[in-house]
Amino acid sequence: MGSQGGFGQSKEFLDLIKSIGEARSKAEEDRIVIREIETLKRRISEPDIPKRKMKEYIIRLLYVEMLGHDASFGYIHAVKMTHDDNLPSKRTGYLAVTLFLNDDHDLIILIVNTIQKDLKSDNYLVVCAALNAVCRLINDETIPAVLPLVVDLLSHSKEAVRKKAVMALHSFHRKSPSSVSHLISNFRKRLCDNDPGVMGATLCPLFDLVNADPTPYKDLVVSFVSILKQVAEHRLPKSYDYHQMPAPFVQIKLLKILALLGSGDKLASEHMYTVIGDVIRKGDSSSNIGNAILYESIRCVSSIYPNAKLLEAAADVIAKFLKSDSHNLKYMGIDALGRLIKLSPLIAEQHQLAVIDCLEDPDDTLKRKTFELLYKMTKSSNVEVIVDRMIDYMISISDDHYKTYIASRCVELAEQFAPSNHWFIQTMNKVFEHAGDLVNIKVAHNLMRLIAEGFGEDDDTTYSQLRSSAVESYLRIIGEPKLPSVFLQVICWVLGEYGTADGKHSASYITGKLCDMAEAYSNDETVKAYAITALTKIYSFEIAAGRKVDMLSECQSLVEELLASHSTDLQQRAYELQSVIGLDARAVEAILPHDASCEDIEVDKNISFLNDYVQKAIERGAMPYISENERSGMVNMSNFSSQDQQESGQHGLRFEAYEVPKPPVPSKVTPVSLSSVTDLVPVSESLYARETHHITSVGVASDTGSSGLKLKLDGVQKKWGKPTYSSPASSSNSTSQNPVNGVTKVDVATTVNSKVRDSYDSRKQQNEIDPEKQKLAASLFGGSTKPERRTSASSKVSKASAGAADRPQDSKAAIVPNKTSGEKTNQQPPPQDLLDLGEPTVTVAPPTVDPFQQLEGLLDASISSTVSPSVGAVSNAPDIMSLYTGSTSSEQRGAGGYIPVTGDNLNLLSELSSAAAVRGTTGETNAAPLSLSVKGANAKDSLEKDAKVRQMGVTPTSQNPNLFRDLLG
Amino acid sequence: MIHFVLLISRQGKVRLTKWYSPYSQKERSKVIRELSGLVISRGPKLCNFVEWRGLKVVYKRYASLYFCICNDQEDNELETLSIIHHYVETLDRYFGSVCELDLIFNFHKAYFILDEVLLAGMMQETSKRTTLRLIAAQEELVEAAKEEASSLSNIIAQATK
Repeated sequence: MGSQGGFGQSKEFLDLIKSIGEARSKAEEDRIVIREIETLKRRISEPDIPKRKMKEYIIRLLYVEMLGHDASFGYIHAVKMTHDDNLPSKRTGYLAVTLFLNDDHDLIILIVNTIQKDLKSDNYLVVCAALNAVCRLINDETIPAVLPLVVDLLSHSKEAVRKKAVMALHSFHRKSPSSVSHLISNFRKRLCDNDPGVMGATLCPLFDLVNADPTPYKDLVVSFVSILKQVAEHRLPKSYDYHQMPAPFVQIKLLKILALLGSGDKLASEHMYTVIGDVIRKGDSSSNIGNAILYESIRCVSSIYPNAKLLEAAADVIAKFLKSDSHNLKYMGIDALGRLIKLSPLIAEQHQLAVIDCLEDPDDTLKRKTFELLYKMTKSSNVEVIVDRMIDYMISISDDHYKTYIASRCVELAEQFAPSNHWFIQTMNKVFEHAGDLVNIKVAHNLMRLIAEGFGEDDDTTYSQLRSSAVESYLRIIGEPKLPSVFLQVICWVLGEYGTADGKHSASYITGKLCDMAEAYSNDETVKAYAITALTKIYSFEIAAGRKVDMLSECQSLVEELLASHSTDLQQRAYELQSVIGLDARAVEAILPHDASCEDIEVDKNISFLNDYVQKAIERGAMPYISENERSGMVNMSNFSSQDQQESGQHGLRFEAYEVPKPPVPSKVTPVSLSSVTDLVPVSESLYARETHHITSVGVASDTGSSGLKLKLDGVQKKWGKPTYSSPASSSNSTSQNPVNGVTKVDVATTVNSKVRDSYDSRKQQNEIDPEKQKLAASLFGGSTKPERRTSASSKVSKASAGAADRPQDSKAAIVPNKTSGEKTNQQPPPQDLLDLGEPTVTVAPPTVDPFQQLEGLLDASISSTVSPSVGAVSNAPDIMSLYTGSTSSEQRGAGGYIPVTGDNLNLLSELSSAAAVRGTTGETNAAPLSLSVKGANAKDSLEKDAKVRQMGVTPTSQNPNLFRDLLG
Repeated sequence: MIHFVLLISRQGKVRLTKWYSPYSQKERSKVIRELSGLVISRGPKLCNFVEWRGLKVVYKRYASLYFCICNDQEDNELETLSIIHHYVETLDRYFGSVCELDLIFNFHKAYFILDEVLLAGMMQETSKRTTLRLIAAQEELVEAAKEEASSLSNIIAQATK
């Protein structure tokens, strides 16, 4: 223990940590921290603070910052500390600055000098400390200052320095690839380093480089393969072993690199087959790290040029993962399945029930991963089931980030595979209804376009069926409270276009609905704009059809309200409505022809039709248009502004004299265009059809002539203030064209995908048991045919059907792993540092009643209720000795075995102690004596630590009864 | 690559934070708040991974401490889980049956060890022995170590004063 376990800080600091540990609320904690900040501010600026004190202050600052408070007042002191010659201080200083500062902080510039000096130091530990800081703090601007030094260190005699230099170079490469592009050969050189640590570190940058572009590294395939072979054969020093696996982290890195190099390259892949096969064969599926390697091998197999044997081996591993009871492994299995399914689609079929179990699992993470898999295997035969499931899940969650994601997935699948228009519209309605504000507006435009155009090949009757079904569904939905704005826009547009088209609904019914909507969402101007335009369309269709229009009173009041609206856009639309209603049938027909939303509209960007008008105006003595370029040259305004920008851009002082300011020439253009606008509006009302649109929308620009340079319509749109102006509903026939053209549908992509997927076509599913699950499986996978699978599947299902729902099955399944893992661990050879069983007798703890014990019992009551069978068995044992033996076996697991199959067996110890505490059989059964019995060699240390801390009064009070528990069980 | 490492107690108290990607102080607090809620509330049987803002958080509970590592979507989760365990084992060797108190009072040492295991968001050393040898070498140079080593009785005296 010694210096390591000793708490070398002052009483003050210990008190701080103690009081924060005991704080009962965040507010109390904050109060303590703020008081601490005050103290530190005062102390740290005192003169002549001894180094040791200063070091402690800095560590206290770290603590404060770690708790989320601002310690920026102390940054400069941390920087100063890096200048210190004394290594411990320097090290603390570097630790502090790397934790405090991001690489864009202003103080970095003060550290660079120190780093330069330290990189040249004779003491390799100083160099190491500096390199740690380099990785974190040097940004692309300061790279040149340290680069040569770091490169020199690549051939330093100490391996620790070489390793860190490689990592530093790597961080440079990530921050600014161009700065080190000439040094990349150094990575290749370091790959052959004598020290395995340096070689392992070099794999990090090489992975990034290969990821960016594999071609220049193809020659290294052989080297990587031979390294992997040697590692797998256990040629590296024993200290690199991890849970009996030879250097697993290195293996994983290598497999990642090989996956990239072998992707789509048959020749390179052929070199790898043997070694990957070996790795999979040697893979130890009973340990976490063993599974990590196996998983990485599957990824590699699925990425390189396919090899039947390896695929088979990978499929076996996946089966093992999916059958496992550990959620972690199931998760990995699902992920791996998703990767392999592209290569051998049939593999999913065997695992259909496992997949469905995962889909219905209460664990969100697993569920989402499974949706990911389903997304990959969607085809037109199962799209309905999958999308329905996705939508159900989407409705049930509240995480916006994921909601957006899954909504876009639904839309994508629906667009690709929709079996019928009707289904598509229903699906989109659901998506909009529940996640409308989260979907891209383009999706809405797509939907409108689809309703307007249909899917292409259908004849007219299906068109109109599609439309009326859309109208029907919207009339139903419209009454629901709080629909998202985007969805309302779609509804308005569709009702406006097609609400009265099939004659089922009267105009007054539809307009009534629209008015209600505009009223209900009166805060949403976009919706109101869509609604009023829809009204315009419906009335004009009525007029064109020769029917008499009588406006509803609520409609009347809506129009009146909008005529006085603050939004010019709404006003405009209301005026348009008013004037259209006043016209005769022929004129209206020309303005808003029926069902013309799909027709293309030519936009005369040069507005040449106004040439006559302009000509006349000029003849009457108006100013000719001056293009913006000329104007700006004249006025010099832009020059001024650009100069300003320059000045603010440069931080430094300017030394030359200011230019003599020129008086700005007043612009004569604006008044002209203004007046033109005013007399344009009445003109537009008397004009017909498309011209109306052009003139009004072009507005300001119309007078300014035909130069056309700056007269893009979208520019004008901005001038009018509302971005909605040219959006689809703005004025009937001209409208939908604009946004729709911007959207390109992705049908093309489908063909490729569906080709692959259709290859494993659906066969009829005929399993007898649990019809519901069967049905789901059948609809997802198209049924399984293999008899031996069926039997195993049925046994599983029967278990499930015993308890009606899925939950009981879960709990049942959950019991199994503990048993098995318990057995496994007992078979393993005990690690050396384990105590012999005689020792525990020494350690039976003295006090009889301990406040701890009760606390522990209280706190862990929840855990003990879930005590797994193996633990339960132990806690039922009559005497304390058996408790200890029980604990040793669990220790075996922690230190030697580490089989986190169930994910929580490291809690075993705590469960043990809690179980014992609940029973109350023995005096002191809390974790401390247990742990020391376990740790044999350290027994005395732990006792001392325990006693010491107790005397400091840190723990017995409250809150943290678990403090004494060893982290490693 | 790893974006950050977090140690949170079961009560949601922060024990250690290390950021490898730039996060402002404000974002950091937000991340910690969000994640501690997310991680601590998860049941014991669920998997040790949480997808979060397009990244992946891998966590593992040791006694009352949660070790969380956030990395890219594409990384191998089981490997990350092993990195956590590797770090805990290294801590365990260093402190000698490590417990939460060790980390509370010696968090700066936990930082030093972390810096030897992970650098710039990557695993730099996979051998526990090498890591600890380097740490030991650094600490031999700590003159103050003598005081610290013999401070056991001092501390007790101090604390009981």
